Amino acid sequence: MNTIVIDDDAAALLIIKKLCDSYDQVTVNKEFTSAIEAIKYLNTNSVDLVFLDIHMPTFSGFDFIETLKTPPKIILTTSDKDFALQAFEYDCVVDYLLKPITKERFHKAILKLDNAKKDEKLNTIVSSKGDADFIYVSVERRLIKINIKDISYVEAKGDYISIKTKVKNYIVHSTLKKIEDKLPSNLFLRIHRSFIINITEIVDIEDNSVLVEKSVIPISRSNKGELMTRLNLL
Amino acid sequence: METPNLNYIKEISGGDLDFEASILEVLKKEFPVDCLIFEENFNKKSYEEASNNVHKIKHKISMLGLNEGLQLASKFENDLKKCEVKLYEKFVEILKKIHVYLG
Repeated sequence: MNTIVIDDDAAALLIIKKLCDSYDQVTVNKEFTSAIEAIKYLNTNSVDLVFLDIHMPTFSGFDFIETLKTPPKIILTTSDKDFALQAFEYDCVVDYLLKPITKERFHKAILKLDNAKKDEKLNTIVSSKGDADFIYVSVERRLIKINIKDISYVEAKGDYISIKTKVKNYIVHSTLKKIEDKLPSNLFLRIHRSFIINITEIVDIEDNSVLVEKSVIPISRSNKGELMTRLNLL
Repeated sequence: METPNLNYIKEISGGDLDFEASILEVLKKEFPVDCLIFEENFNKKSYEEASNNVHKIKHKISMLGLNEGLQLASKFENDLKKCEVKLYEKFVEILKKIHVYLG
């Protein structure tokens, strides 16, 4: 999970980052001592998890959550017990850690996070039942029907995405995030910042890449664990 | 009487001496600054600001294993919001102890 840590205390940042180091599923991409700087970062980067201090000068952790349209999963970190009730009013809040954070308590938070992620995935699969087997994409003023199962992979190309199917390649003005939301999560997986693949079309996997049909596609270190858990390994 | 210690930092470090050194470096750098800002605000009777400063300092108090110190700091933080200052001297004693420990 792409993760950022926000805390106005540099020592707290170091501790949270150190605690995260023990978990492969958590990759700390950046740390911030100001929530406003973090918001600027989120305008151009997507993250899956935020460790967020509540008590910060000028802009609190709760102000930060209120600012986000679709907040990622959040684990609050604080020296105060008093905010626990308010914290869990937000659906995105997975846990509430009191400082000083112990290893045992941090481990529990990661387990909660894993469970929350699993529940989310289950909901996605259930909700996609009965959904259409096709998507329509706009190409040169025409709406073209694409059989979802025929998609081998999707690649981000600036303001466009390239949808590679068994028969043709479509260039569409859209984002990887938008098509990711339309594709069934039991078939498709984002394995890199710029690639979503159909996991049934994988031919082989090497260290940091996967062969889909005849294309070699890179795997991000942070996504590799998820990919390996989805494979039917002997 | 409790004294500052590195038990918590060592527990988190799992033997990573570079990490322990980094944390101590941050504490040595930030703690005196945090204390100065607190003193300034307290002397100006900017108690709301001083309360925020105590909040930041209390995490450092807890990291150095001062559990009673943490409780006192939490109480003082809340008192300051009500302009109540009777715990000031006891709080300063904790700060002095940490100053000596961090050298």
